[in-house]
Parts: sequence; C-alpha cells; structure tokens
Amino acid sequence: MRKRDYFMLLIFAAIMITLPMWGPLIDAGYPDIMQRFAVFGLIAVGFNLLFGLTGYLSFGHAAFLGVGSYTAVWCFKLFTMDVIPAIIASTIMGGLVALILGFVALRRSGIYFSILTLAFAQMMYSLAYSVLTPLTNGETGLQLALGDARVIDRAMGVNPESGLPSTSILGFGVSNQGMTGYWICAIVAIVGFYIALRITRSSFGIMLRGIKSNQTRMSYTGLAARPYLITVFVISGMYAGLAGGLLASVDPLAGAERMYWTASGEIVLMTILGGVGTLFGPIMGAGIIKWLEAKLSTFNESVVEQALAFLPDSIEHGAAVVVSKFVGEGWHLSLGIIFMLIVIFLPGGVMEGLQRLAGLFGFGKNKQAGANSTPAE
Amino acid sequence: MSAILTVSGVNKSFGGLKALNDVNLQVEEGTIHAIIGPNGAGKSTFLNALIGRLIPDSGTASFMGKSLIGQQPQAINQMGVSRVFQTPEIFGELSLLENVMIPALAHADGAFKANWWTNLRDRKAVREVAERELHDVGLKDKMDVIADNLSRGDKRRLELAMCLSQDPKLLLLDEPTAGMSRADTNEIIEVLKTIHAKGMTKVIIEHDMHVVFSLASRISCMAQGHVIDEGNPDEIRNSAKVREAYLGDEADEH
Repeated sequence: MRKRDYFMLLIFAAIMITLPMWGPLIDAGYPDIMQRFAVFGLIAVGFNLLFGLTGYLSFGHAAFLGVGSYTAVWCFKLFTMDVIPAIIASTIMGGLVALILGFVALRRSGIYFSILTLAFAQMMYSLAYSVLTPLTNGETGLQLALGDARVIDRAMGVNPESGLPSTSILGFGVSNQGMTGYWICAIVAIVGFYIALRITRSSFGIMLRGIKSNQTRMSYTGLAARPYLITVFVISGMYAGLAGGLLASVDPLAGAERMYWTASGEIVLMTILGGVGTLFGPIMGAGIIKWLEAKLSTFNESVVEQALAFLPDSIEHGAAVVVSKFVGEGWHLSLGIIFMLIVIFLPGGVMEGLQRLAGLFGFGKNKQAGANSTPAE
Repeated sequence: MSAILTVSGVNKSFGGLKALNDVNLQVEEGTIHAIIGPNGAGKSTFLNALIGRLIPDSGTASFMGKSLIGQQPQAINQMGVSRVFQTPEIFGELSLLENVMIPALAHADGAFKANWWTNLRDRKAVREVAERELHDVGLKDKMDVIADNLSRGDKRRLELAMCLSQDPKLLLLDEPTAGMSRADTNEIIEVLKTIHAKGMTKVIIEHDMHVVFSLASRISCMAQGHVIDEGNPDEIRNSAKVREAYLGDEADEH
C-alpha cells in the first residue's frame, strides 16, 4: 500500500518533469501553459483535501488565490523581488484568510456552508475591486512600479539597470525567463502533492473521511468535527494562497478578476471533472480545463471554417457559424457540455473513465498505473 | 458496589407529550442493567438525554460524579460513555477496519489531534485494538469490506465493535439484537457475556425478553415516560405492575 503511494508520487513527479518534453506534442510546450497546469493542479489538490475528504463544497477558494497573489506582489514591491519570501507570505496569508472564513462558515454544513463561502468570496472580490483600492489598485490590478520600496533589494544593491525589475530566485531570473518559472511551479506542485498524499493517508485524513461519511457517529464517538474541519479548511486555503503566490511570481501582477466567483467555480469544475476524492483526478481536471481554455479560446471563425472545409459548401457555412459559437469567447459553452457529459456518464470523473478503460483491457489490479501513464493533459 | 450512573428527576416534553416523566434510575458499577417497556415508553429518549443528543427540561444525571446534562456529545463519550444506536450509525463508505479504527483513535488521541503526518498504518497499537474487537464480534475476516455492503445484523456487530474499541466504562445498547435471527441473537448474547467478564457496565434497552433474562442482573421497566418498577429478574418477572403494562404472560415463557 505504501509502496503504491510512493509509486504515485513518482509518476506525478515524472509527469511534471517530462512535461516540457511531451508538452509540445499536445501543443502545450510553452512555459505559460505549463505553469498554469502546475499551479492549478496544486490548487485543485488542496481543494480536493477539503471537498474530496470531508465533502464540504467551498465556492470561495478563488478568494484565497487572489489574496495569495496580492500578498506576493506586495512582497515584491516592499521587500524583495525574490520569490521565496513571497510564496511563503502568500501561503500564510491564504491560511489566515481561510481561518477567518472557516471560523464563520464551518458553523454550517451542506448548501449553507457553500453559500457562506460564495458570499465571502464575492465580498473579497468587491473589496479588491473597489473598496480597498489603495491596497489592490482596483480595476487596473496591482503592478510593480519603478518607485517601489524594495527595501531588501536596495539595501543589498540589487537593482535593475533599466525598467521594471523581474522576479528572481536566489539571483536567477524567474518572470523574464520562462522555464525557471515552470520549474519552480513544478517542484512546488510535486511537494504539494506529496503533502496531500501524506494527509490523505494519515490518521487525520481518516477522521476527515469519517466526517464526510457520518458526522453523527463522529460526535458520539468522542470526536469534535469542527476543529478537524477548520484545520483542513486552513490547509486547503494555504494551498490556494500558495498557488496565487506562484501565479504572481511568474507574472508579477494581481487583479481582482482572479477572485471572481467564476474562478472559484472553475476550481470546483476541475475537481469534479477529474474525479472527486482521487489524488490524480483534480490535477488531471486542472490540466484538461487549462488546456481547453488555452486552445479553444484562441480559435476563431476562420480556424473553424478551415476545419470544416471538407463539408459541402451549402452546410459548411451554417455549421461554421454554429461551431464557432463554441470556441473563442464562447469556449465556456464547450466546457459546459463536456462537464455535463462527464457528470452524467462518469460521475467519478475522468479517473473513473480511465479505470473503466483499464478494466476493459484487463489491468484490474494495476489500474492506477495504467490510468496515469495516459497523459490526460 | 457503587452507582456509576445516577439519574434523578429527569423530565422532557415534546409539545404536550411528556416523553420523560420524573425518571429516577441508578446503575451499579459492573452490572448489566436492562430497561424494558412498551414502544413509546421513552427508553430511547432517556438514552438520548444521557449522551447529549437532547437536553432534558429538568433533572440531573451524574456519571462517576460528573454531570452529563448540557455536555457536548463528544465530551460525554470522552468521559467513557459509548452508545450502540437502534439504527446502526456506522461509516458506510469506509472499510470495517477503518470504521473501528476511528473510535479507537478517538479513545487514544482525544477529541481532536491534527496528526496529519503519521500514516494510519503506522498506528499499530490502535490497529491491533481494532482488529481484536472485529475478531471478538466475528467480523475479522471481513475487515477490508466496505461497511455499507454488510447485512443489517453485521452492521450491528460492527457498531458494537466500534464502541468496544473505546473500552468504555459505560456501554449503552439500544436494541442490539432487533431484527436479528435467533442464532445471531444468541451470538450477540455470547459476545456481550464475554465482554461482561471485563467488568464493563452496560445499560441495555431490549424488547426480546430472551436477551434480557439471559443478560441482565437488574431490570427497570418504563411506561409512559416513567420508571414503573425496578428489581432483579425474578422480581420483575413476578411484578404485577410490569405484567399489566408490558409483559403480559410472556414472562412465563422464560
């Protein structure tokens, strides 16, 4: 059993490390999209610790992501362009905000909990968008400026020769050098995956699954559900804060749209699409959604017409008009259809699909291995 | 012998219905104390008042010198009171071993411990307790089965194992053999007798007089929210009040 866990970790590490090699095969070999695979994989893993283990569905995780991003950018502006303090600070801030929300929202369960988190996320969005403009720079988003304090950098005499500085890690450039950014995200994602694996298999993890299964029994068994829930909520908020810090590290700006409720919804979609409660599922879901977003949203009508050129002229135009509604700006329509199909036919998400496939080809026992060697991204 | 549980003057009304009407009860340490009575007599309500599921309107309940009234359910359990419910409350999606390990962990670690780095499989002592209790109720060979897939009788046994894994000082059993075959019932009686050798105090609600007279050393009979009579099995069997309210002629069969 424990051997299998190390095997899973190894597979995940291998996928992340070899991604730059096979990424180009699925037209995803550039740093920007690979970073998003890693960062959103990380946030989905953290979200799944809460939703997958306890069954508490949070619609507020984008708020922690946003808080993490703002924290990281402020860290760059005030102290240093090095990303290490920034991602540590954003993880802590994500956890702190989760502690506040968890303390309030975890008094309720089920739909009431979800609504409380949704309301909180919208409050955070409106704080970032307008109320706290001095802190967040409102609609424009928080950006670096030439006149930033950067007290530590200045004290150490690190200063760009001209223009805005770029983020760095121990002296190596990050935001101006694509691949360094990806490697940081990938390593953090692997560590995050390892921690999630440990939590899932721990005696703490089994308590969380107990809460999901039967909360009545938990309390008459001498267990206080609420501290368990608050702890895992904070951990999952820290994952989201960390992810926000990473996003800001590879691209040092933070905007309120990152906290909008659709961003929270996207995290939920990723987890369900991939497979709730499985370790790999949420990462796969994140990969699939980010890949679709990158591809479908760039298609326009002429691409669609080219793809449909084999059709007779009389229907080609009509078909192109219909199909083009599902790409570009309208790519969410495609996402919605895929999501509905998955939920109806594969309630266990992509992971269930892969397991069924593996069963079909007779890898009954080895389904985990069989499932994950298939690059789902 | 001293009383481990002393309940006096407990009242509880739901609207106009007096579910518990001045209930007084003493449970001696190390005994099996049965509560019998017709449906709706308030037996389950009485247990609910003891474990913090509902708060009585008035009255006191003290367990080993500490009051149970107004305490959180988890605090009452941590004091050493475990309950088997009438409808088994188990973790349906988890394996049998996990089902028993959760209460065993609660007993070992307390109400909350964020032990998120130690693998569950490394908690060997807790695992041994869980496996032993599963063995005692005859479910050891099914320990990797998901609990929802068990038969009703096996679910009851599982819940019993979950409670026993906490080594409670007071075990409350709410109809532990309801819906079981005679053979299964006898097996449960044997299990309960075996664990009784360890000196655990038990309060058992039961309709099956065969179970009651096989196990109990003391019996209270409730009717309409009130304890109408109490005594040893022979006294209850011959009590005119109990016969009238509940037993009828059934007592003669045992």
